[in-house]
Amino acid sequence: MKELLTLSIAEISHKLHARELSAIELTEAVLTHISETEPHVQAFITPTPELAREMARHAQARLDAGERTPLLGVPIALKDNLCTRGVRTTCASRILHNFVPPYDATVVERLRAQGAVFVGKLNMDEFAMGSSTEFSAFHPTRNPWDLERVPGGSSGGSAAAVAAHMAYATLGSDTGGSIRQPAAFCGVVGLKPTYGRVSRYGLVAYASSLDQIGPLTRTVEDCAIMLNAIAGKDPHDATSVDVPVPDFREALVDDIKGVRLGVPKEFFGQGVMPEVAETVRRAIGLLESIGAEVQEVSLPMAEQSLAIYYILAPAECSSNLARYDGVRYGLRVGAEKGHIGMMEATRAAGFGKEVIQRIIIGTYALSSGYYDAFYLKAQKGRTLLRQQFDAVFQQVDALVCPTAPTPAFKLGELVDDPLAMKRADVLTIPVNLAGLPGLSVPCGFVNDLPVGLQIIGKPFDEATVLRVGYAWEQLACLRDELRTPRALARAL
Amino acid sequence: MAITLEQMRHTAKLARLELTDEQLTELMRPINALMEHFERLQALPLDAVEPTSHSIPVFNAFREDEVGATLARADALANAPEARDGLFIVPRIVEE
Repeated sequence: MKELLTLSIAEISHKLHARELSAIELTEAVLTHISETEPHVQAFITPTPELAREMARHAQARLDAGERTPLLGVPIALKDNLCTRGVRTTCASRILHNFVPPYDATVVERLRAQGAVFVGKLNMDEFAMGSSTEFSAFHPTRNPWDLERVPGGSSGGSAAAVAAHMAYATLGSDTGGSIRQPAAFCGVVGLKPTYGRVSRYGLVAYASSLDQIGPLTRTVEDCAIMLNAIAGKDPHDATSVDVPVPDFREALVDDIKGVRLGVPKEFFGQGVMPEVAETVRRAIGLLESIGAEVQEVSLPMAEQSLAIYYILAPAECSSNLARYDGVRYGLRVGAEKGHIGMMEATRAAGFGKEVIQRIIIGTYALSSGYYDAFYLKAQKGRTLLRQQFDAVFQQVDALVCPTAPTPAFKLGELVDDPLAMKRADVLTIPVNLAGLPGLSVPCGFVNDLPVGLQIIGKPFDEATVLRVGYAWEQLACLRDELRTPRALARAL
Repeated sequence: MAITLEQMRHTAKLARLELTDEQLTELMRPINALMEHFERLQALPLDAVEPTSHSIPVFNAFREDEVGATLARADALANAPEARDGLFIVPRIVEE
């Protein structure tokens, strides 16, 4: 049974369809594995075993009735900033510690309709602000490859759960790299779709012009399966875009002859560890050897992305997080202090340090006298960056570069260094600012830790991004090596 | 352009955050590290550039004006820190 837990969605659903095992047996096996593994990894905030059993029974009934869809009966898990009807959704914050949403996020509703089985809600940096999951108000999550290291963030629980076989796939959210960077750190596949490809309805907002929901999986094919399930226009999200949704599985042709790949030189500087750059360059060389046309390109504005992002994202967050006021839901502190005093006390007690820091930066950047110097400048810088991406995509079909400058760092290592932690996202942030799709696929190891290859595409061209990722995956044959995170194997 | 303690106090007030001077002083170090990093934007040739608020331009999103499902009152109130008679209860706002 244990080896079944390491299979892909495509593989396990084949077994469910062939009736080699039932959705109920599979879910029980996953729940047992979670109970053994979770004490070492701590990927979850709220496990939902009873809900999972109920969903597994329904899924099995549908399987028995002859339904054959790829997610039917497959155990998955959700980042805890996705609203789940009747299941606590905390955003890893004290201010939402008791919040039980009265509705499902659109992506959650779509996965329910597909018959996926929810095994729990996953840990994250509070309000998705962070790169290590250490800013969770509850507990840190550990990297299954080295339990002394972080899983990345903010979707650290989502990446660790997939790597540690506690779910076949998970959903995360990515505002500046929060899917791709933890995917790279944990040796899994992670996709941030184009802004507007997936509905954000029911995703607790951090920075609304940058946030996007996406899957973390073991294979590129699974990533396509998950994207098929969640993509598409949603009347509940006016920023979701009404463009055709192809069957992303059909994009997975193991042939990239003639595909033009750009290597943006700025993505190999900016503190990228030489061994990481070398591992990624080797992967690009192999892609060239099977027919990709590789050329160096330049995106000078990428080096300004961190500054642009840390003005725009906090500005949007300061506005979005104004809703946590102790009135309609969540924590309330200091009711005796009057209505303003209650709001001030509630917010100070409910938000962690990193969140407060970003609210203050954002409020300051938007405040009278500073708007032009900060916010407007950052928005204009964003335009220049986008124009440079547009120009580069006249010459190439996709960009390839590292996902993160280093492999996973140690717990506590960067927590007190205000800029070092933020630099973990320096190679992923430009993609959010330009609204592009970005995929991280494992491409090798440095010091026994996984390294991610990032593939960036044109708006709404996830198909090409997935195709390049799939070709790399078939070529690299890392699947067996990725199957067993060593530290976890030793711990169990 | 470093932020001062006085500006920190004012900003915390705008953001409705009850923070002591000690907490604000502690927050100044990381905030000023970022502020210093922001300086690099000042040198960019941005005068003739239009700002971008959304990467994928979406203009008016119209829909038919039809009555759909809405949240039941009991569901809307279920998470309230305090509720009574179908209403959210908050500290007194108007003085007697």
